[in-house]
Amino acid sequence: MAAAPGHSHDGVADGGNMRPIPPVIAPGHTFESVTEKIGGIVLTKRTQIGWLVGFAIGFALLMLMNMTIGQLLFVGIGVFGNNNPVGWAFPIINFVWWIGIGHAGTLISAILLLFRQQWRTSINRFAEAMTLFAVACAAMFPLLHTGRPWLAAYWLFPYPNSMGLWPQFRSPLIWDVFAVSTYFTVSLLFWYTGLVPDMATLRDRAKSKAGKVIYGMLSLGWRGSARHWHRYEMAYLLLAGISTPLVLSVHTVVSFDFAVSVVPGWHATIFPPYFVAGAVYSGFAMVMTLAIPLRKFYGLEDFITMRHIHNMTKIMLVTGMIVAYGYANEVFFSWYSANMYEGYMMHNRMTGPYAVFYWSLIAINACMIQLFWFRSVRDNVGLLFVLSLLVNVGMWLERFIIIVTSLHRDFLPSSWDMYQPTRWDFAMFAGTIGLFLSLFFLFIRFLPALAIFEMRTIVPEAKLQPEQHG
Amino acid sequence: MTHAETSPTLHGLMAEFETPTALVAATERARLEGYRNMDAYSPIPIEELSEALGLPRTRLPRLVLGGGILGGLAGYGLQYWSQVIAYPMNVGGRPFHAWPYFIPVTFETTILGAALGAFIGMWALNKLPMPYHPVFNVPAFARASTDRFFLCIETSDPRFDLQATSKFLESLHPLGVSEVAA
Repeated sequence: MAAAPGHSHDGVADGGNMRPIPPVIAPGHTFESVTEKIGGIVLTKRTQIGWLVGFAIGFALLMLMNMTIGQLLFVGIGVFGNNNPVGWAFPIINFVWWIGIGHAGTLISAILLLFRQQWRTSINRFAEAMTLFAVACAAMFPLLHTGRPWLAAYWLFPYPNSMGLWPQFRSPLIWDVFAVSTYFTVSLLFWYTGLVPDMATLRDRAKSKAGKVIYGMLSLGWRGSARHWHRYEMAYLLLAGISTPLVLSVHTVVSFDFAVSVVPGWHATIFPPYFVAGAVYSGFAMVMTLAIPLRKFYGLEDFITMRHIHNMTKIMLVTGMIVAYGYANEVFFSWYSANMYEGYMMHNRMTGPYAVFYWSLIAINACMIQLFWFRSVRDNVGLLFVLSLLVNVGMWLERFIIIVTSLHRDFLPSSWDMYQPTRWDFAMFAGTIGLFLSLFFLFIRFLPALAIFEMRTIVPEAKLQPEQHG
Repeated sequence: MTHAETSPTLHGLMAEFETPTALVAATERARLEGYRNMDAYSPIPIEELSEALGLPRTRLPRLVLGGGILGGLAGYGLQYWSQVIAYPMNVGGRPFHAWPYFIPVTFETTILGAALGAFIGMWALNKLPMPYHPVFNVPAFARASTDRFFLCIETSDPRFDLQATSKFLESLHPLGVSEVAA
């Protein structure tokens, strides 16, 4: 990472009539300016009004979540709209949605690192934080949809209990427990490892006693020794290498929750790659949703440049097209399988009571993203913000359609029923958005939202000058 | 070792540089001069520094491999033991030892073991957390985490001599040379 190529000349377009590619960091930055700009956001005493308003909204929604949990525990699982054919609806939809969002963080921090994509440097820190918070939100649902989460321990985790019971490892649901908990743990280790040198920077620059002590403890006594960096870089690379198969496995395992069953619309081999692509797609949409306001309100346009916005848009375009291919494949399967249940499932999706949601998701995930082909769209940050929000809506609808249309009319017409979410379903979903927002606002106030030491490696000063020795 | 009587209250001599290039050049010079017990400090990772210091390859990859193998064995072992020995349950006549079903969890625990190996191994080999270290006694060192580069030759080095080493460090054109209290 240290011997990074110069930033300002790699943007030269090959064709004479093409506009140059924007740099990954605006020219003129130094070690000090980068450190001051990013560290200053955290170390300043003044809390901005905008931050307070944003945090207040998030925190209010978080309280809504607490109220919903209280209601759920007090009254019972019946407060949610889950019914007999649709045994899990909002909880699993929201679980898959949140887990998917997390995937972009790991893709940016690990896979793009292995591919030596220098532009990842400015967005990896907050994308990793997004991963952690999204996984935390996701984990709320499997725990709470049991209705009695204090009993969930022995269903989910293998520990010697007084009843002598063990979880059933021949079920994808238990694979999910291991996949998600491993994912959270590894993401946390990776994130914290990246934070340590920055904690040392903040420790050395903090003016207040509390700042010095807290950042000092979090920095583990990091002193930037070359021997430490030597192992640190190796550990960072290894963690990236380890996280890469992990992130692909997580949504694969999530898709197994469905694909291993025999329910029409779920029992498909396309599910793992289709879910992973959808996860990356929705995750990048969320990174975009967070990056656009972040760079605007904190004046980080020098670090999160148009290069980042363009590249993220292009990744969304590619993964969105893979998702659209998945939709086409599902239609093909249902016809080519010549299975009447599969055939009816697709007919019901397209023309049944939930058809409006199906066509909305097709409109967003297959049609609307074609706008990303146009440079004028990729340049329009305000429009991209709206489109990235829509992508998140589209991906939420995709999970709704996959889960609800498959379950509500499966085999026996006598057991068909409709699914309607209750206000507590919506409250719980809004509540996890509040949890996410609260955590994210706290993160940008108290921890460096961009990786300071990695940003230092891409300023021109970091490049070793060829010099005659001695 | 015989020469180490210099001063028990001194950790070493530290030179401050402005650029990574100067630090790498200085480190190379110091190594050519025969100094071995020294360390360089920088706000960014510099690959060339590891070479200049002649650092050996780290044992970390082996720890990660070990962690991964242990994690995998533990994961598979847990499933085998709980499904076949401790709590065998007949589900539709499927075998208790349904190994293809044990792969996903084994995969995840392998990853977990490897990641813990990388994380714990790296900090342990680096002997961190270490709240106190003599280099922090140098006031200028506060900028080692922002934009300054330091080379510290320690008193434990057999060739260390307060005057000679100080003179040598001055000859590298640093921003300054300071004594590091132990």
